[in-house]
Amino acid sequence: MDLTLKIWRQKDKNSAGQLVTYPLKNISPDMSFLEMLDVLNEELLVAGQEPVAFDHDCREGICGMCSLFINGRAHGPERGTTTCQLHMRHFNHGDTITIEPWRAAAFPVHKDLIVDRSAFDRIQQAGGYVSVNTGGVPDANEIAIPKTIADKAFDAATCIGCGACVAACKNASAMLFVSAKVSQLAMLPQGKVEAKTRVENMVAQMDVEGFGACSNIGACAAECPVGISLDNIAMMNREYLGAKATSDNV
Amino acid sequence: MILDSRIPEGPLAEKWDKHKFNVKLVNPANKRKYDIIVVGTGLAGASAAATLGELGYNVKAFCFQDSPRRAHSIAAQGGINAAKNYQNDGDSIFRLFYDTIKGGDYRAREANVYRLAQVSVDIIDQCVAQGVPFAREYGGLLANRSFGGAQVSRTFYARGQTGQQLLLGAYSALNRQIAYGKVKMFPRTEMLDLVMVDGKARGIVVRNLITGKVESHSAHAVVLATGGYGNVFFLSTNAMGSNATAAWRAHKKGALFANPCFTQIHPTCIPVSGEYQSKLTLMSESLRNDGRVWVPKTVEIAQRLRKGEISVNDIKEEDRDYYLERKYPAFGNLVPRDVASRNAKLMCDEGRGVGSSGLAVYLDFADAIKREGQPAIAAKYGNLFEMYAKITDENPYEKPMRIYPAVHYTMGGLWVDYNLMTNIPGLYATGECNFSDHGANRLGASALMQGLADGYFVIPYTIGDYLAQTPYDKVSVDHPAFKEAEQNVKATTDRLLSIKGNRTVDDFHKALGLIMWDYCGMARNAEGLQFAKQEIRKLRDEFWQNVKVTGVNEELNQTLEKAHRVADFLELGELMVDDALHRNESCGGHFREEYQTPENEALRDDENFAYVAAWEYAGTSGQPILHKEELKFENVKLTQRSYK
Repeated sequence: MDLTLKIWRQKDKNSAGQLVTYPLKNISPDMSFLEMLDVLNEELLVAGQEPVAFDHDCREGICGMCSLFINGRAHGPERGTTTCQLHMRHFNHGDTITIEPWRAAAFPVHKDLIVDRSAFDRIQQAGGYVSVNTGGVPDANEIAIPKTIADKAFDAATCIGCGACVAACKNASAMLFVSAKVSQLAMLPQGKVEAKTRVENMVAQMDVEGFGACSNIGACAAECPVGISLDNIAMMNREYLGAKATSDNV
Repeated sequence: MILDSRIPEGPLAEKWDKHKFNVKLVNPANKRKYDIIVVGTGLAGASAAATLGELGYNVKAFCFQDSPRRAHSIAAQGGINAAKNYQNDGDSIFRLFYDTIKGGDYRAREANVYRLAQVSVDIIDQCVAQGVPFAREYGGLLANRSFGGAQVSRTFYARGQTGQQLLLGAYSALNRQIAYGKVKMFPRTEMLDLVMVDGKARGIVVRNLITGKVESHSAHAVVLATGGYGNVFFLSTNAMGSNATAAWRAHKKGALFANPCFTQIHPTCIPVSGEYQSKLTLMSESLRNDGRVWVPKTVEIAQRLRKGEISVNDIKEEDRDYYLERKYPAFGNLVPRDVASRNAKLMCDEGRGVGSSGLAVYLDFADAIKREGQPAIAAKYGNLFEMYAKITDENPYEKPMRIYPAVHYTMGGLWVDYNLMTNIPGLYATGECNFSDHGANRLGASALMQGLADGYFVIPYTIGDYLAQTPYDKVSVDHPAFKEAEQNVKATTDRLLSIKGNRTVDDFHKALGLIMWDYCGMARNAEGLQFAKQEIRKLRDEFWQNVKVTGVNEELNQTLEKAHRVADFLELGELMVDDALHRNESCGGHFREEYQTPENEALRDDENFAYVAAWEYAGTSGQPILHKEELKFENVKLTQRSYK
């Protein structure tokens, strides 16, 4: 198939960017979206032009490194799919495809389609852990956890940290991302000890990073490639309220 | 050079405890006087950085990805082994040790593997304490499943995403230390050289991948946890960014590279679909429990199938060859990875492969669906079937899957002693980056175990022993050794940018991958390997005259990043060929066609090759120097594997 690509090009964080149009011919429907971009980049290189910079790594939907806002959708038109697992058979001959980076003040553009998601790491550093050192922990089977709880905690823990929730949200809110970790650890006995300070600190850091507020639209969950549920946001709000009502940090 | 593996004296089961008592300690107040660099933040690196930070050392951790959470450990599916014996089915530390040594086809070190089995039980405790949501039974206790190469259920798992959950656990421990200020994290930063002062590893030179700035970092010890080198083959199940550059540049500074030809080819991957293919996707080995592997009985049927004249479901039962069941009646479709892979290749070489390229075999669930019903099969493998459908646009419930082997893991790596230290004092290698635990073939669910064992429970002890004997004095990054290394990195970068040739980096990488796959892949022979060596040299020469790298150093330049990595792959590939050529035997993943039993099975030569081949770098035009570490087997008896 032949396509017309409109791709966001931006030299670096401080430069202005713009959409640049590239025609691309003979794309196989079996290619992944990123392989289609590989083909474009090889053509650009041969022509002596700068290839398009984009983030990617595992290309099997688990590392969370790939991103891309494709025709106005985070990770493109297919539900429950990362960009690296999106295949060109979902597009048609003659299509024009617009490709932009994640758009959020808290995710500044490094170059072209690559954004800086280090805000996510700093939120995790604010409390996304159980404070245990290596060694000196109880035997794994001393902590019995009901299977239903363990399964729910697992569902929350599958967040890949790609940032699609932020990109999909009109407020660029990170609530789904933060709540996934808060809920996972709040559900498990190991995480309950620090549940109060965790939710307070992670939410505070989320605000520091400049993410927007949640207005309960649910675009985040609809666009999440791994199906993180909105229930996590409800749970985090409950945890947060409880923590604040009894907070030591008033 | 004499290779001293520093294996402690005494009975196997007591070595590690004795050693832990004998190593020197750094008192808690003095730990803050030592700086440690950890390169790579996968399971081995993140666990080491976090634990060393907890102990009180000053740690600097580096990764080339945008966050430590992206490391490719995240993609591991199946699980992690541990000798907990929670299932009461006869598992023990000795049994895990024995299975690992045997699975490695008797080319791993007994003492290291025994220690691995010992600490495996602590890993599970640690991960559960961190909040890793392992699969559980209804009673609330942990669930296990069985995996290849074992007769007990010792694999702990978190659905098909065990690597992700374990890595996020280690990442959380790392984050805690970053928050405390004990670990300083440098994402999007790539190590491009090792710095040695007075014969000891004292730091690294890195390139900031955003700004291109070349910087030095000094420390008292350096830990490389940079993963494997499967991407030499271009197409593999590794992540696109996985590379050998840190390990290879340490090798060029004198670190020995051990058993580089030991690569694992995984039998059940989704086949290549076109020239544009960038990576291969693994389908869990568990599928072979219910799927039957077959190809058409004759070349003629296969040809008609490939041309689209007939469809797979038109092929009659008597025209199908279930070759694994036919050749290995005892194990059938559940033969080990190396045997399954080799036989798939054999069928395709005969011209009986399927798919448009002819490089695929069928994995057929029709019988299982007939026997158990579609819902039962969907419950077991639903997510894998979905993934297959997403990638191939074919419904595996209606048509058999097409699968083909793909490069998956590298057992070889930097040579290390019992302390996980390379032959360069102060330079350590952990996880897939070292060679130590898997011999010539790794068992399923053992990679995660080794990465975390090294990082959480081995190196925190052994690095203390070294540091306790190291003065506190820091080396300034203004030291001439740092300046020289920086100059070398800059010179290599300038050279890559100045060639301005006609061929892209990816094009060279693909060409190298093809040579490696054809001549140093699933089956090797002396003639092919000699040919490959010449071809790699030619390709490397052309690379340095004709590669096209656009842009400049002082920017985010992904082409330049790749060029550095491919330059190293072009050297490492030749060493793999040298190693494969010298090892005149077949063992595990290394199958030399000249050395096979009358039944086409791997024929080991324990008399002449029961050693670790550790190679010393001798320049790109020189011939690497071989050092041998003899392997002594005092606790297991060497036997020939048979799966008939």
